[in-house]
Amino acid sequence: MYRWLLCFRYLRTRYIALASIISVTLGVATLIVVNSVMAGFSAEMHERLHGLASDILIECHLSEGMPDPEGHINEIMDLCGDQVEGYSASVHVPAMLGIDFNGQLITRHVNFVGLDATTYDEVSHFGRYLLHPDNQNQVSFELRESGYAPGRDQFPSSGWDYRRARVAYEKALDEERSNREAIENSNSTASTSTQPSLQITAPSELFSTSSDGDVATEFDPSSEQYPGIILGISTSSTRFRDANNEVKDHYYCRPGDDIRMMFPNASDNAKVVNQKFTVVDMYESGMSEYDSTFAFCRLDQLQDFRGMIDPATGVRSVTTIQLKLIEGADLNAVRDALRRRFPAEVYAYNIQTWRDMQGPLLAAVRLETTILNILLFLIIAVAGFGILATFFMIVVEKTRDIGTLKALGASGRGVMSIFLSYGLLLGFVGSGAGLVGGLLFVQNINSIAGVIEKITGQEVFDPTVYYFTEIPTIIDPITLTWVMFGAMTIAVIASVLPAMRAARMHPVNALRFE
Amino acid sequence: MNPDIVLEARTLKKSYHKDRIEVPVLKGIDLSVERGLVTTLVGRSGSGKSTLMHLLAALDHPDCGEIRFCGERIDNASRARRDAYRNRNLGIIFQFYHLLPELSAIENVLAPLMISQSALSYFRNRKEAKRRAEAMLDRVGLLHRAAHKPSEMSGGEMQRAAIARSLMANPSLLLADEPTGNLDTDTGRDILKLLRTLNEDDDLTILMITHDDSIAETADHCYRMKDGLLESDSAKLQVA
Repeated sequence: MYRWLLCFRYLRTRYIALASIISVTLGVATLIVVNSVMAGFSAEMHERLHGLASDILIECHLSEGMPDPEGHINEIMDLCGDQVEGYSASVHVPAMLGIDFNGQLITRHVNFVGLDATTYDEVSHFGRYLLHPDNQNQVSFELRESGYAPGRDQFPSSGWDYRRARVAYEKALDEERSNREAIENSNSTASTSTQPSLQITAPSELFSTSSDGDVATEFDPSSEQYPGIILGISTSSTRFRDANNEVKDHYYCRPGDDIRMMFPNASDNAKVVNQKFTVVDMYESGMSEYDSTFAFCRLDQLQDFRGMIDPATGVRSVTTIQLKLIEGADLNAVRDALRRRFPAEVYAYNIQTWRDMQGPLLAAVRLETTILNILLFLIIAVAGFGILATFFMIVVEKTRDIGTLKALGASGRGVMSIFLSYGLLLGFVGSGAGLVGGLLFVQNINSIAGVIEKITGQEVFDPTVYYFTEIPTIIDPITLTWVMFGAMTIAVIASVLPAMRAARMHPVNALRFE
Repeated sequence: MNPDIVLEARTLKKSYHKDRIEVPVLKGIDLSVERGLVTTLVGRSGSGKSTLMHLLAALDHPDCGEIRFCGERIDNASRARRDAYRNRNLGIIFQFYHLLPELSAIENVLAPLMISQSALSYFRNRKEAKRRAEAMLDRVGLLHRAAHKPSEMSGGEMQRAAIARSLMANPSLLLADEPTGNLDTDTGRDILKLLRTLNEDDDLTILMITHDDSIAETADHCYRMKDGLLESDSAKLQVA
């Protein structure tokens, strides 16, 4: 009893000891903030990565794809049907995206995906990341009238409204150009000048090819669209800061514009297919490597364009089968079973879980978190040396009291436990204050970031980099417990040596201490 | 073994060593403290009084000789037994009071009980313990200062608190090391009066160490100490 009574009294009267645990408090608070932010970041990333990819991906590396997708799916269902909740077949092909930009062509390398909108949305959260609210509920490759990205002020007007206006403008521009050319031609015949005339190329001319030349003559862009395509938002936009340091997006194209895709056909002697598409929506997941590399169209259309239909049987082939597993299914076990069924020596298939695909990224985040934890615990360990020094001072200061306690019958172990309990109490107070401080910091992290931004003028969480509007945080009670436990352990360990010194003190020497 | 002897020391020797030089302090002490009497041990500074008291309180080990408490050999007892001996069988008061500065007077008085009992046991009996501590403080005339810290009390009050603390465990013997050495004459006299009252009313056995002959003369028995030896029986004062 006297141990705890003295501990509490020492705690109330020895402010120097409280000062020595400030570093424990700061260390604990920092650990909590860092772990919460990293956990939030990691969870957000997990959710997005998993939302973009299905649980299991079976990719075929053959140019022609899997010849019999139905047969494959039947085999997969026979093998692990009890674990499969849904599946979707799709075609993935590398492609070149061409966007008209002020009469010139912007090209981007993209992964072009032909998907079945209904089943694809079941295996991944594809629809959730589209800009048009109707497409979020039901993915469609038909251009909508308007209403894209309703919550975004900066997003330019899109859809059929925009398309009709643009066509009318281009038509007017063409007419104006024709009139000018007619005037210039009449002038040139009238004069003998050999000055070259200014050649202006209409955007539509840049796009015209022999393959769709006939169609172009009959095609009315104000009422018709090409096959629909959904572009990753970063494939067709750029993000920058304006003169006022505000984040702005510039869109090279938008829903309602036509773009061109160039991709190989499915024959052994591959040739480039050059096809026009109409942008019907944009895809924004927040993961830049997805948003800047993916483009989506209807599966049957891409199969048609690439010639992935067996002329004899009429069976359409695919390059990829994606599986969604039931809740709690063992991803690795299913993957391994599929790998055994479709061995790499026989099938040119790559079978991966979504974790396998994002392994390096997830591992990097884990490693970063681990290193930060080690470094911050080292800070607390350094604080432990401060506690050790302070405790030695207190033991020296309390020498006569230690002698008194021993004269009153306290054992060496009892005296030792005073200082160990004191260390534990200090650790508890220090880490408790750190816990409260850390939790308050995490709760108000976005306002704090705002204040820091105002003071330093430096963006803490740059939206041009992260695509998050707020810093994501998750408070994990197990992490909090470990952090508290670790900090208190360090405080107790730091008090062991002074406590042992106190316990071993000779009572006579202690009583005589001046 | 005489049942009236509470504490007995036989041929106690104790030396200190400094740079391989042996400094003998006690050179063979024989001493008996009889039950119910006030015994004093008088001697000049450096004569070995405090060393002897530390040995008798089992705070230190003699080089040779033995100490018996109520017939039980205590100098070579286990560490736990010696701790219990100081806690339950002895009351000790010091020249410099040695109160714990963080605790109030009543908490200081309760300290021996807190030491001897587990937290749970103390918590169960806390009301009874507090009543007893208040009774002890009342006995020494310090109840009104129960909540005061040592730093808020005078020397005499602190010594009274120390006496109340030493009585808390209802000891068989009170060892007093220069209890008035740090007090003015009047206050010292009050303390001695208090000790005598405790002896007479409660039949408390007291062994008091002092350098003051006038105090020694008030005792029932007196041992005179000189150069590490107790003077022969002929020097022992018998005071009526």
